[in-house]
Amino acid sequence: MDALMKYHYVVDGSDFTRAGETSSSVKKILRSMGFSPETIRRVAIAMYEGEINMVIHANGGTIDAYIDPDKITIVMADTGPGIKDISLAMQEGYSTATSRIRELGFGAGMGIPNMKKYSDEMDIDTKIGVGTTLTLTFYPDNE
Amino acid sequence: MDKYWHSVRLERESCQGCTNCLKSCPTQAIRVQGKKAKVLKDRCIDCGECIRKCPYHAKKAYTSSLSELEKFKYNVALIAPAFYGQFSKAESIDEILTAVLKLGFDDVFEVAAGAQAVSKKTKELLDSGELLKPTISSACPAVMKLIAIMFPGLIGNIIPLKSPMEISAAEARRLATEKTGLKPSEIGIFFISPCAAKMTAVYDDAENGHTEVDGVLSIKDVVLVMAQHGFGKVEEIKPLSSAGRSGVLWATTGGEAESSGAKKHIAVSGIQNVIKVLADIDDDKLSDIEFVEVLACDGGCVGGPLVMENPFVASSRIKRLCHVENDDVDLISKDAELFWDRPIIYRPVMNLDSDRMEAMKKAIRLEALYEQFPKLDCGSCGSPTCRALAEDIVRGYAVETDCVFLLRERVRELTRQMVELEGKEHRPDSDPEE
Repeated sequence: MDALMKYHYVVDGSDFTRAGETSSSVKKILRSMGFSPETIRRVAIAMYEGEINMVIHANGGTIDAYIDPDKITIVMADTGPGIKDISLAMQEGYSTATSRIRELGFGAGMGIPNMKKYSDEMDIDTKIGVGTTLTLTFYPDNE
Repeated sequence: MDKYWHSVRLERESCQGCTNCLKSCPTQAIRVQGKKAKVLKDRCIDCGECIRKCPYHAKKAYTSSLSELEKFKYNVALIAPAFYGQFSKAESIDEILTAVLKLGFDDVFEVAAGAQAVSKKTKELLDSGELLKPTISSACPAVMKLIAIMFPGLIGNIIPLKSPMEISAAEARRLATEKTGLKPSEIGIFFISPCAAKMTAVYDDAENGHTEVDGVLSIKDVVLVMAQHGFGKVEEIKPLSSAGRSGVLWATTGGEAESSGAKKHIAVSGIQNVIKVLADIDDDKLSDIEFVEVLACDGGCVGGPLVMENPFVASSRIKRLCHVENDDVDLISKDAELFWDRPIIYRPVMNLDSDRMEAMKKAIRLEALYEQFPKLDCGSCGSPTCRALAEDIVRGYAVETDCVFLLRERVRELTRQMVELEGKEHRPDSDPEE
């Protein structure tokens, strides 16, 4: 993908406590570029949900951030189990997380719905047994 | 007015140009240039971390002096509850307050009374369900500045109430005016403070006519004067205290959170802890918490940079001294204004440029510069991290060879070139005449 700024991150699937590192790095970068607090917050929350999903369901993955003055694209790719039923995953409260994950307070079924809510466009490309790639697009001046 | 006036200052003669303060600054507001530290005024939040860290005591907090009492006909000392923890022999808060009068004050007023009123209002507002959750306390001025520059997304979560200091100051002035018949301007209200950030807050607000405080004295200066003059000995203790536990315990971490009445509250102290928790709230991770107490100093206000006693001892003493009754008594008049009149505004000081396209160009250059640095974050260049140096170069404050490792490489390269030149054979002498 073509963009003025590109950043590549690897999300470690073995360490729960590190989920959120990527979103906070991107947050700092966006702040230094003068994006509005609202835009930064939308991007950060959506990314954090994505990171958590990668750790819970897919043993990690990669995140690429493409930044242009008028467009921010976040591509989150994993080689996890894939999403069986996208329309179910889009429903608030629906989750396939194990009870152990839920006991930790995660897997509330808000991940994908929140990503959709905070982004301007969301594209899901998923294949059972191969992996999932989520592409989130944000238009900073759309608020 | 100086837009970026600060209580925290550098005494140039004492500064040795070491890098101790660089690393301790939570907003990366310090640089060392020309063997002296320099504070980037737009980033400083007056937390006082550098005052604690400096081994040469070159960082100082500017505060008012007791001689300023002469400017007024009647003076009231506004006492921060952290003050109560500074005296090993005091048996009661009344004893401490009576001793303060010997400094030349005509009356005292407890900031704990204002704190009690804020707690009551906080409870009411939390119950009303009108506040964004988690609701963030507005009491610590250093944290308010931190949010204004680093967490603008959380400004809406701050409870829109004035600080206990301001509420108490207004009440003290009102009472003194009633009692003496003097004009409000003839009355001096002096806050005895554990921190530098309060001094800065008062200065900022004075410029806009939004403060009732005329001066800020540091706790350690006041305690020193009291010790020098033997003011600790009080012949006749006057019944001056009235605030209850819910106000007095604001001095220490957890006090305000407990008094908020919120079942799901957290109390966070220490600036680095505060930054972590605010980042979590910003990422929507703490949505099940109702109220967050955030204090820049470890242990709360008793851990302020301008106190005498260690915070653990002070906290234990305060808990022992404070009353249990009086928590439901209204110590601040009913028509007092508790809501703030000056909301917190985002200050985008972390921007590389006000123009987004320019900022992005600078960001691209910043990344390229950062790549060539050793990423040791040694601080020898005078910037706190390698990334900060890259940022400083892009902003025009520094040059690449400020990095000692890069400089060494350049010198090596130059030496190699010189040796190469030196080794080249001279051309044989030739006579142009031939």
